[in-house]
Amino acid sequence: MSSSTLPLWVTIPGTVLLVLGGLATLVGSLGLLRLRDFFSRMHGPSMTNTMGAGAVLLTSMLAFSAWTGRPTFHGLLVAVFLLTGAPISTSLLIQAALHRAGLRSGA
Amino acid sequence: MNAVFNGALWFTQICVVLAMLNATARLLIGPAAQDRALAFDSLYVNGMLTLLLLGIRSRSTAYFDTALLIALFGFVGTTALAKFLLRGDVVEP
Repeated sequence: MSSSTLPLWVTIPGTVLLVLGGLATLVGSLGLLRLRDFFSRMHGPSMTNTMGAGAVLLTSMLAFSAWTGRPTFHGLLVAVFLLTGAPISTSLLIQAALHRAGLRSGA
Repeated sequence: MNAVFNGALWFTQICVVLAMLNATARLLIGPAAQDRALAFDSLYVNGMLTLLLLGIRSRSTAYFDTALLIALFGFVGTTALAKFLLRGDVVEP
């Protein structure tokens, strides 16, 4: 962080996004740890998946755009993979939990 | 102003490491198998965030390809675990 300083249009949104993303990640993991049953615990990691990862990826794209001097969109690929993968795995985990709880016979 | 960004980077890294510790605790004490699968899902997303933050800190894009691979293979792993819990087999005949 010493050779070239970041401009102001990166540091202000980057700081806000980093703090918000870190808080969302921490609150989501606390929900994963402290909620009572499995279907309540499903809510926690979705906060990490959407808001924490989204904020960190936006900050990464902003910072690398400033460092390389041209618009950089390398975070979009990870965001696409996460945002398409998270609902599928969540739905499959809920189906598995319902199947194991005996609430649904066939699957 | 750069020091503020650096401090926010530290704060987020500490938050993500604490989240990884919480997910590990749920992975160890989880009463059912689906709790452990969910904790594994949260754990790989947090590890990917750790790699992205390290990439921002060290200003290197080499961490980014690793984060992409973790996002892909973590999704495959969670899907395979959920499929195994659902059907008792991953690749069906």
